[in-house]
Amino acid sequence: MNFKFALFFGLTVASAAPAFAQKAVEAPGGKHAKDAEQMFRASFRADNPKYWMTRLEQDETMKTCLQYRDNPPRKIGEKLEKLNVATIRYPVDGKLIGDWKEGEKLAAVGTGGHIGFIQPDPAGRVRGGNCYACHELAKKEIAYGTIGPSLREFGKIRGKDDDTIKYVYDKIYNSNAFTACTNMPRFGLHSWLTPEQITHIVAFLIDPESPVNKD
Amino acid sequence: MIRRLMKTLVGAAVLAAFAGGVVAQDSKVADELAKYREALADGNPADLLEVKGEGLWAEKRGPKNASLEKCDLGQGPGKLEGAYAALPKYFKDTNKVMDVESRLVHCMVTLQGFTQAEVTKQWFSRPGKESDIEALVTFIGAKSNGMKINAPATHPEEARMAKMGEYIFYRRSGPQDFSCSICHGQEGKRIRLQELGNLTTKEGAGFAMKTWPSYRVSQGAVWTMQRRLIDCMRQARWPEPAYLADSIVALETYLQKTATGTVMETPGIKR
Repeated sequence: MNFKFALFFGLTVASAAPAFAQKAVEAPGGKHAKDAEQMFRASFRADNPKYWMTRLEQDETMKTCLQYRDNPPRKIGEKLEKLNVATIRYPVDGKLIGDWKEGEKLAAVGTGGHIGFIQPDPAGRVRGGNCYACHELAKKEIAYGTIGPSLREFGKIRGKDDDTIKYVYDKIYNSNAFTACTNMPRFGLHSWLTPEQITHIVAFLIDPESPVNKD
Repeated sequence: MIRRLMKTLVGAAVLAAFAGGVVAQDSKVADELAKYREALADGNPADLLEVKGEGLWAEKRGPKNASLEKCDLGQGPGKLEGAYAALPKYFKDTNKVMDVESRLVHCMVTLQGFTQAEVTKQWFSRPGKESDIEALVTFIGAKSNGMKINAPATHPEEARMAKMGEYIFYRRSGPQDFSCSICHGQEGKRIRLQELGNLTTKEGAGFAMKTWPSYRVSQGAVWTMQRRLIDCMRQARWPEPAYLADSIVALETYLQKTATGTVMETPGIKR
């Protein structure tokens, strides 16, 4: 699996590289980028709680992805990927595959984490992975999005060896460890999901009994 | 409203005539199309708000007991035709790029003598609490119906705002690493079953911008563009920019520039 992945990735990069070399795309905002950042920061009410405002902070990955419109040159992308690999943490017991039934629930939950004065989530609202927003998973769920690739029969196709399990865990924990500036959130890095919750989603994808891998 | 309906009917008929010659079949199609549009036009609750906005525009109100009929939305005092479609725009008197809502509030403050806080207190409606701003913006928007969006951001201040809007469009942050671009920067994608427009193209931005203000069935209310964009920020799990904030006007300037040339169909009706 890893070899196939690497080969595919290598080919993708090779075919994309000349395009990068030919024209450097201007960073969004051009010469007004600094002013734009200042203006954006000044756009919020003074009585926003401090912890809400921390959501505007950008780490190096976010800043770089903005600068390159999510298409960084490969060298810079690699640097970001290394940075993100280093953030991945594992469950204390070291078990990376959990309960697919819990994972199935988490994949469907799209609520949680909304803040603000107009329509915040009530306290204690469950947060999920919201996987179906972007991915096809179990056959029976037809209301799936297409921003990410279909993961239907993921385990059936990719197998359930340790490398695959670790890859899926890592990908959910920090998607940018593999593809810098991907659209996919970094669920573990931001503590959106706990390591344990991530193991359940891993099981949902890989366990042969999971509806993802059933007809 | 009736005039608009007539225009739609004539438009549909003309369209049909051009499409394939005037034969019985085409006129039948045109009839069906017209009937469908008539049903939609009659069914859009935003039309009621448009009528209310028309009344508010002409009514003498506020400490200065004045109407808004001398309000300059960029086409000259009291000129409403095409004004919405040409906003946001740089205004010399305020030395600012303003969108329809910030300009309207400016008029209510300067012409009618309201304070900004009074005017913006109910900037969007809640159940049982109507919003004058929603009504006025729906009325002003309808005066651009059928006209081309014309906000190319040629003035240096407008061009600067459009660039700053572009910056915000690609800016990633928050606990989900979101930006506007990750959902609205590609063709043919959807979230769950909801189709997503690519706002970086004329067609995509045009499709998004031409139907606002819009009655949102899921919300049971008309939403203005400020309301729409501030809610996008909420969905991105960021704090909400304040009403009329420059960052929202900048995003609108960026989107209207990209959408320029698209024909307005407002008030719209949406999910």
